[in-house]
Amino acid sequence: MMAGIEHDSADGVEIELISGQRMHDKTSMEKIRMILDDVRSGNIVILEEGLTPDEESKLIEVTMTEINPDDFSGIEIESFPQQTATGGGFLSRLIGSEPSNAKLTVIGPANQIHSLQKDDTLIRALISGK
Amino acid sequence: MGLLGSLRNSISQVANTLFASDAEPKRIGIYGPPNAGKTTLANRIARDWTGDAIGPESRIPHETRRARRKENVEIERNGQTVTIDIVDTPGVTTKVDYTEFLEHDIEKDEAVRRSREATEGVAEAMHWLREDVDGVIYVLDSVEDPFTQVNTMLIGIIESRDLPVLIFANKIDLDEAQINRIENAFPQHETVPLSALEGDNMDEVYDKIAAYFG
Repeated sequence: MMAGIEHDSADGVEIELISGQRMHDKTSMEKIRMILDDVRSGNIVILEEGLTPDEESKLIEVTMTEINPDDFSGIEIESFPQQTATGGGFLSRLIGSEPSNAKLTVIGPANQIHSLQKDDTLIRALISGK
Repeated sequence: MGLLGSLRNSISQVANTLFASDAEPKRIGIYGPPNAGKTTLANRIARDWTGDAIGPESRIPHETRRARRKENVEIERNGQTVTIDIVDTPGVTTKVDYTEFLEHDIEKDEAVRRSREATEGVAEAMHWLREDVDGVIYVLDSVEDPFTQVNTMLIGIIESRDLPVLIFANKIDLDEAQINRIENAFPQHETVPLSALEGDNMDEVYDKIAAYFG
C-alpha cells in the first residue's frame, strides 16, 4: 500500500491495496475503522487477506450505524472464496486448525460503485468519481 | 472443522437431545436478504401453531425494521412437541439508500425515517446473530440469484459460530423459481423448498425444524 502519500484526487478514485501484513497487528475494530474511514473518503479498498466472519459481521453492523442520507449509503463488498490452508494435512484436520484467511476482498462506497461483479477468478468493478 | 470438533459437536447434540425436555426453548433466528419472505414465513409458522402473527408483510424492502420474537411456539411432530422462540429479523444488507423507498411512492421524510430505522434494524440483526440465537433459518427467494456476497458472508458467519442452519428456498409457487440454484450455492446445508405465502410444503418445513432445532 502507498501509505502516507497525499494525493490531489478531487475527481479521481484512489485504490488502496492493503497487505495482510499491515492488517495482522490490528484489532478487529481497528481494521473496521480503517476500512470505513477509507471507504467514506471515497476510496476503494482491496484487502490481500479478507476479514474473519466475526469481523465481517461487525463491519456490517458498524457500516449500518454510519449510514446517513446526506453522504454515506453503505458499502459494496466482494471477495473470492476462502482458501483452505495449504499444507494442512491430517494433523491440521484432526486438531481443527483454522484455515487461512486469505480471500482477496474488494470494498468500496455503495454510491460510487455502479456494479461489482464476480466469477470464480475475477472481480470487476465499475466505479464513478467522487 | 477438525475431527475433534466434529466429535465435540456430536456429543453436544446427543446431550442436547437427552436433556431437551428441561432446556429453555431455543431461539431460532429467521435471517436472509430483504424481501426473501422472512416475515411471511414467521407469520405462517406463528399462525399455524399459536394463532397469532408476528408482524406486517409487505413488498416494500425493509418492512421489518426491528427484530421481533414470538416466544414458546410449540410445534407437534410425530407425537412429540418441540418448543422454540422465533426471531424474525430485518433483511441483512451492506447498504441502505433512502431513495429506494421513493420508488414505492413514499415521501422523502418518511423514506429517510425508514432508511434510518432499517440501518438500525440490520445492526440489531447482526448483534442477535452474534449473541442471542441458537439456530438459524436462512430464507432465500428462489427467483433471485443466491450467489451474493451478503448471502456468502452471512452463511460464513453462521458457520463460524457453529449454529445449526436450515436453508429455506422460498417462493416456489412462482414460475421462475430455481431451487437447484440455491442447493448448488450452499451444498453443505440442507435446502427445503417452500412457499410461505401459499403454505406449500409446510409439513416438510416443520419436520426439518423439529429435527434440527428440537
